Amino acid sequence: MIYLDYAATSWPKPKEVGRAMSDFMEFSGGNPGRSGHRLSISAARIVFNTRQAVADLFHAPDPLRVIFTANVTHALNLALCGILKPGDHVVTSSIEHNSVMRPLRALEKDGIRLTVVQCNKDGCLDLDAWRAAVTPGTRLVVVTHASNVMGTVLPIKEIAGIAHQAGALLLVDSAQTAGVIPIDQPTMGIDLLAFTGHKGLYGPTGTGGLVIGEGVDTSQMRPIVRGGTGSRSEYEEQPDLLPDKYESGTVNSVGIAGLGAGVRWVQSIGVESIRAREAELNELFLSGLHNIRGITVYGPQNPEERTAVVSCRIAGHNVSEVGLRLDDEFGILCRVGLHCAPSAHKTIGTFPEGTIRLAPGIFTSPEDIRTVIAAFEKAANPHD
Amino acid sequence: MIKFGVILFHTNTSAMQAEAVLVRANKEIKLIPTPRELSSDCGISLRFDWNLKSEVEAHLVRAKVDFAAIHPMQDNLQTQQ
Repeated sequence: MIYLDYAATSWPKPKEVGRAMSDFMEFSGGNPGRSGHRLSISAARIVFNTRQAVADLFHAPDPLRVIFTANVTHALNLALCGILKPGDHVVTSSIEHNSVMRPLRALEKDGIRLTVVQCNKDGCLDLDAWRAAVTPGTRLVVVTHASNVMGTVLPIKEIAGIAHQAGALLLVDSAQTAGVIPIDQPTMGIDLLAFTGHKGLYGPTGTGGLVIGEGVDTSQMRPIVRGGTGSRSEYEEQPDLLPDKYESGTVNSVGIAGLGAGVRWVQSIGVESIRAREAELNELFLSGLHNIRGITVYGPQNPEERTAVVSCRIAGHNVSEVGLRLDDEFGILCRVGLHCAPSAHKTIGTFPEGTIRLAPGIFTSPEDIRTVIAAFEKAANPHD
Repeated sequence: MIKFGVILFHTNTSAMQAEAVLVRANKEIKLIPTPRELSSDCGISLRFDWNLKSEVEAHLVRAKVDFAAIHPMQDNLQTQQ
């Protein structure tokens, strides 16, 4: 079996992740931050260590500004719904996932003004068009770091510069890049960094978060869930303290224990090495697929401008039929269809059918890629 | 005689951060439930050797750890009245 669905979730997980979760259940099962006994403190220590590991990974100076959420979608909703008010202007790209598009479309009905800047057929952003869209009245700019459909990487530093010049905040969706491309939050000018734990950070599902930059005034960012925090318990109003303001209710402590192990594992390999390794796999993939008659590959050709996620189609075959054949006949597991990103598919011209998405990860070998290319040759040209 | 001091925090996360900083600095400390007679935002406090007060405080300030107050204690859990 060849697993090529890392863009949906990474699998397998490093053994350290499962072990950290099992140890947490067995030895540290208290409620973090609620009680003062040893099991509660042990749990709180593990949650803090993960908070610190995440801050270190993204070079964020203050671990208290790392907010844990259920996933990146929750983190994006927290930033968007917490900051935006009716009348605010927001700019986004046309390759966003529905985790950005759906909250924005709902907020649009509540009175925010939304500008979606069209990307080209490879998903690349025209910075002149972007510059024209971001005006001095823009409150927030939100972009994906890399497309979950065709891997296109957006130029975050340039986008940040334009946003800050206009006085806008920058929110980045790093679902496809955390642990895959080095991210230095302060240097890249990212005000709000939403991340998921279960993809490139190799943690369990149900983990993720929002890293809030020093430049964001949290008194102007509402929580989307309110409740018990273990702090200021004498008051019935939500505390303004971080991270508690945005972490009501018991956090997913066992998941966070696993996430911590995942982040440390990724750090032990090094994100730069992971990026280089995935670039090699990507090159093998792209050159192999391009040589097959009848296959169209989407996204930029330059490896600097993309992640290892590859989207393609085989002429004359619908994508779900190919997906089923890859699984049944070749043991190749991938995701076909729209990948929760209809706008991205409209941008590259593959809406409504979608594409076959092949997303390798750290446990994918060059041999796996060669096997997949051979399978595509058979699938595309069975009579050759 | 005052043997221990107790540091109060606004959040549990700050208490954990303080513990990490002081353990790294080889200070003998212990996280304890916040003595109820002390008003505090957070249920967990950090007990330390009162003789090391200025040193402990300096470590926390240097590491930019947010804390609410530092109080002396007469024994392990009772605070000085």
